[in-house]
Amino acid sequence: MSTSTDAMPRPARSGWLTPRRAKAILKRVVLYLLLAIVAFFFAGPLYILLSTSFKTMPEIQAGGLMFLPHEPTAQAWVTAWGEACIGITCGGLKGYFGNSMMMAVPAVLISVMIGAINGYALAKWPFPGARFVFAALVAGNFVPFQVVLAPVSVTLRTLGLFGSVEGLILIHVIYGIPITTMLFRNFFLSVPNDLIKAARIDGAGFFWIFFRIVLPLSPSVIVVALILQFTGIWNDFLFAVSFSNPSSAPMTVALNNLVNSNFGVKEYNVHMAATVIAAAPTLILYILLGRYFLRGMTAGAVKG
Amino acid sequence: MTCRRRLAAGTLPIREAKAPIKRRFLQRHVSQVALSPSLALIAIFLYGFIAYTAAVSTTNSKAFPRFDTFVGLEQYWRLFHTPRWHVAFTNMFLFGGLFLLVTISLGLLIAILIDQRIRAESFFRSIVMYPMAMSFVVTGIIWQWLLNPTLGIEVMMHQLGFESFRLDWLTNPDTVIWALVVAAFWQGCGLVMALFLAGLRGIDEDIWKAAAVDGIPAWRVYVFIVIPMLAPVFLTVVVLLSLSIVRAFDLVVALTNGGPGVSSDLPSVFMFDMAFRRTNLGLSAASAVVMLGTVLAILIPYLYVETRERA
Repeated sequence: MSTSTDAMPRPARSGWLTPRRAKAILKRVVLYLLLAIVAFFFAGPLYILLSTSFKTMPEIQAGGLMFLPHEPTAQAWVTAWGEACIGITCGGLKGYFGNSMMMAVPAVLISVMIGAINGYALAKWPFPGARFVFAALVAGNFVPFQVVLAPVSVTLRTLGLFGSVEGLILIHVIYGIPITTMLFRNFFLSVPNDLIKAARIDGAGFFWIFFRIVLPLSPSVIVVALILQFTGIWNDFLFAVSFSNPSSAPMTVALNNLVNSNFGVKEYNVHMAATVIAAAPTLILYILLGRYFLRGMTAGAVKG
Repeated sequence: MTCRRRLAAGTLPIREAKAPIKRRFLQRHVSQVALSPSLALIAIFLYGFIAYTAAVSTTNSKAFPRFDTFVGLEQYWRLFHTPRWHVAFTNMFLFGGLFLLVTISLGLLIAILIDQRIRAESFFRSIVMYPMAMSFVVTGIIWQWLLNPTLGIEVMMHQLGFESFRLDWLTNPDTVIWALVVAAFWQGCGLVMALFLAGLRGIDEDIWKAAAVDGIPAWRVYVFIVIPMLAPVFLTVVVLLSLSIVRAFDLVVALTNGGPGVSSDLPSVFMFDMAFRRTNLGLSAASAVVMLGTVLAILIPYLYVETRERA
């Protein structure tokens, strides 16, 4: 697997620093040095974000991005959450955080439920043409959503849902079908068929088997699907910016408007606190459930 | 059958007769019934809407879709004679090529470093992968600050004594693409690293033992044996990243907003601008169809290779 044979300590014959051992130590030092650079590159931005969000504006203007705040203050966080001006309203991010939650939670639950039923039907109750149906549904994972933006916009206007959180929920549920269906179908293939057959002989029906046998066997895939969908929907920007209005805008749109507006002085501490708030829910999920997160990401990487 | 006959003879109350037939149909076709709402939604909202957009791209629609303004393929002709589209379309390949090169080579390198039986492996893995959890908007904003000449890395380097250090990627039209590459790499490297690491872990231990017995240096084993064995992982990574390149939108909006000028424009930004700001739906639809075509051009050969290997 690796060069570990070089790195393993060997019994020293004459003195502890034989040339061979010196070479091995040097290799290890170089390895950890490279890893430190890698860690610095990936962790540095988050550190800067956090430390700057606790600074005052004069301190930021004095430079010293890498230093910890002299006199840490949470004022920027208070402003970002409740007072910062986004567009013409100055109520901070809290309303938009609420919008994102009200959009993401129902959309995630509904789309995962639909995906689970679809995946179960395709994997365990096959019918002529099931493979074709699966392909037709899953192809949606690869489509760049730009190609449906205009008709979705027209449809939402016709339904009177344009610019509403409900409209965004509807759109996220519909375009979540391909990925959740794929995830569940591929997982359910591994559930033994004999289990289903035995239950059917006993007279159990489609939904009874689903709720009593299949779902209890698959907590891990449910967690993966929930994480994947929550991350995707919380982080979505394309649908959010296309179909929301200032009162229903989710976090991603509000954050972009706050930071990239051309008006007034750029309050970097407030902006950075706002950025951390926007990233926090998915980041916390990652920290708590990292293992499932990776599985979801590898499965969902094909998603639009 | 008996029910139906009795129904025809008028000897069976209608409600009783219908129920068993309905239930039997439902029982036999329950999985189709369960799937049909999803299938209908996808048929309309995906395939129907793709057809709709393709149809709009053959009209001269401005603010609203109007099908009485048929112009054939003129919008495509116009698209490829629009200088801004040229910048956006070329950028997609430029950004894509650089992003693929950087992310694959460094992602593989980091995976190899992490695979050296290091201490605190999960710590290093988590640090490389946490940016995946962040949205492209957050990523774009973070790198906008880091690359800002009056705030970020440049100021930091000056304070460290490197007075002549310049990092003007965001303000220089010739190098702004690197800003997109570095931010996209920061966000996407974790996934690539994880895929390569899984690939490395799947390789037979005996290869390393045999190489050690023969005294072959580790780098040669990597270059001539291990990396060629990772070919399927490379293919997956290239396809995944390519799909994300075609769709890249949020990152550009948050990081450069297409600027300076239109120098960091991408097709997705062009499409959005034409549809929602310039009220040129016809042209926007044509650009969206070209994006879809690009995805198909990546996907069809991939699926062809995949299915042939499995068969």
